[in-house]
Amino acid sequence: MNLRALWGHDVTYSFRRSPVAVGAAMMTVVCIGGALLAPWLAPQNPFDPSALDLNQAFMPPAWVAPAEARYLLGTDDQGRDILSTIMYGARISLGVGVAAVLFALVLGVTLGLLSGYLGGRLDAFIMRVADIQLSFPAILIALLVDGVARVALPADSHGEIAIPVLIFAIGISGWVQYARTVRGSTLVEKNKEYVQAARVIGRSPLAIMLRHVLPNVMGPVLVIGTIHIATAIITEATLSFLGVGVPPTRPSLGTLIRIGNEFLLSGEWWITLFPGIALVTLVLSVNLLGDWLRDALNPRLR
Amino acid sequence: MLSRGEQGPPPLLTLEDVGRAFDVSRPWLNRVIEGTPRQLLHAVDGVSFEVRKGETFALVGESGCGKSTIARLIVGLYAPSRGRIEFDGVRISDPETRVATAKLRRRMQMIFQDPYASLNPRWRVRDIVAEPIRVLGLAADQAEITSRVGVLLKQVGLAPEDGDKYPHEFSGGQRQRISIARALSGSPDFLVCDEPTSALDVSVQAQILNLMTELQSRLGLTYLFISHNLAVVSHVADRIGVMYLGRLVEIADAEELFARPKHPYTRMLLDAVPDLEMSGRQRTPVAGEVPNPLSPPTGCAFHPRCPQANERCKTERPNLIWRAEVASACHAVEENRI
Repeated sequence: MNLRALWGHDVTYSFRRSPVAVGAAMMTVVCIGGALLAPWLAPQNPFDPSALDLNQAFMPPAWVAPAEARYLLGTDDQGRDILSTIMYGARISLGVGVAAVLFALVLGVTLGLLSGYLGGRLDAFIMRVADIQLSFPAILIALLVDGVARVALPADSHGEIAIPVLIFAIGISGWVQYARTVRGSTLVEKNKEYVQAARVIGRSPLAIMLRHVLPNVMGPVLVIGTIHIATAIITEATLSFLGVGVPPTRPSLGTLIRIGNEFLLSGEWWITLFPGIALVTLVLSVNLLGDWLRDALNPRLR
Repeated sequence: MLSRGEQGPPPLLTLEDVGRAFDVSRPWLNRVIEGTPRQLLHAVDGVSFEVRKGETFALVGESGCGKSTIARLIVGLYAPSRGRIEFDGVRISDPETRVATAKLRRRMQMIFQDPYASLNPRWRVRDIVAEPIRVLGLAADQAEITSRVGVLLKQVGLAPEDGDKYPHEFSGGQRQRISIARALSGSPDFLVCDEPTSALDVSVQAQILNLMTELQSRLGLTYLFISHNLAVVSHVADRIGVMYLGRLVEIADAEELFARPKHPYTRMLLDAVPDLEMSGRQRTPVAGEVPNPLSPPTGCAFHPRCPQANERCKTERPNLIWRAEVASACHAVEENRI
């Protein structure tokens, strides 16, 4: 709200002047719209066995003979319409990506704020944990968490909890950059006189952190968050491609690419190519949007 | 020693031998490896003075002499390393009594130096001004808060409608007015003003100073006014304390100080002030530089720059000694050499 009031005008202007931003936003809207409205827009429900017809398996895209017009992008080995599986898959990919980013953001911002404002041993502890975590690649941490969860949790519950575990694994691997950014900005803000004024008035440290410091450190966090959504989707796709991500009953874009990969050499290229294009389009447009947002909110670049 | 020879209204604020040291050591690991000891910076070193009800007490001195540290010690942003601070007869400097003295602390507010940093850029002006009212629970409901904020904004020369705006929509002088309105909204009787005009244009400085003087007489406020600008201080102060390197070197009534400065440092500062009367008086620039506060000179901290310094000044630290209404910490003054 405050952010919009402050930046609204400039940001809207910069948005209109940037064809890349407009294009990326349109692509993002198409991707998100297609994903969210999949149950109503998709030609077929790929998870409804009664809708599937094994005789229709391995149908090529509509412009390649011997195609059927109703399968625009062809079908896979079980006769599922590729377009429909992409729309449903994007739903899972986006959902996991956004949820993981929200989790990482809340965790990272909280720890960064505490670390920067309170300082001392707590700060040292949080930042050393962050340093240690940064020495591992994010995908490795996600794999590790996912693997531990698989072993620790009972086998029969894997299906339902696979997605929450995945969100946790991707989220926990990404909190560090939020914590570091917020800690840095908090160190700057807490020495400004408006924070001292609030202390003189008698505000508690918690109130100062939430009401005074937090609104002033959220700008860069929103930018990181947007770009992180793209990274999180890629991480999820990678994990799913490796077979440790979402359960096969609810395939994401990464799962679809893995499934299609098996048929690539036998000539059914459409099964893996179209989910791949969908993933690239989604990630690219979110990324471009994030890049634009970063430039638009950065007063030094304007 | 403190109030010898002083008369007049009772003190509202008393500082007795207050000191504050900051740990400026390098990190622990560097100290261990390089074998360097801890390093303490004595920003304020044994300062005693009192501020009487209804007066404006000004603290002056060069940058880095500890003026702002004293302001922050008084309002509780820093805890003193030693000494005692009393407000209205109650000791407020103890960490143990913080809760008990919270009510007393509400009676003091602070105006900050930089009007661009002292207002939260994400808050509307009415929320900024209303914050003390809300935190201290001074109003029953939203309507009362709104009306009080309107009155406060009018009091400092802004319109009640300005409350809807954000700080960046105002000029420096207007922001300082908002800052004053916020300080007043907690109904304090004591204001600590830390260089309230030094970030403003000269023409705006006068407006703010006039506003502060007017508010003082209307609301019966007491000011501790911190400045490095002697012209500003001569305009508002009733009494003046001159600081040098964390210590007070002279306390006197404003007129007395400007007419008959005692301490060589005060004389040096006053000689450097440009006079608007164009009397043709030769200005003596301030000689020398402030020594490194990490390793202050022995004896009187001012002796390397002092034209009157002798052997005693180099070895023995002078104490603040009251003579009639003037206190000065100088061997030369004590020995009637100057």
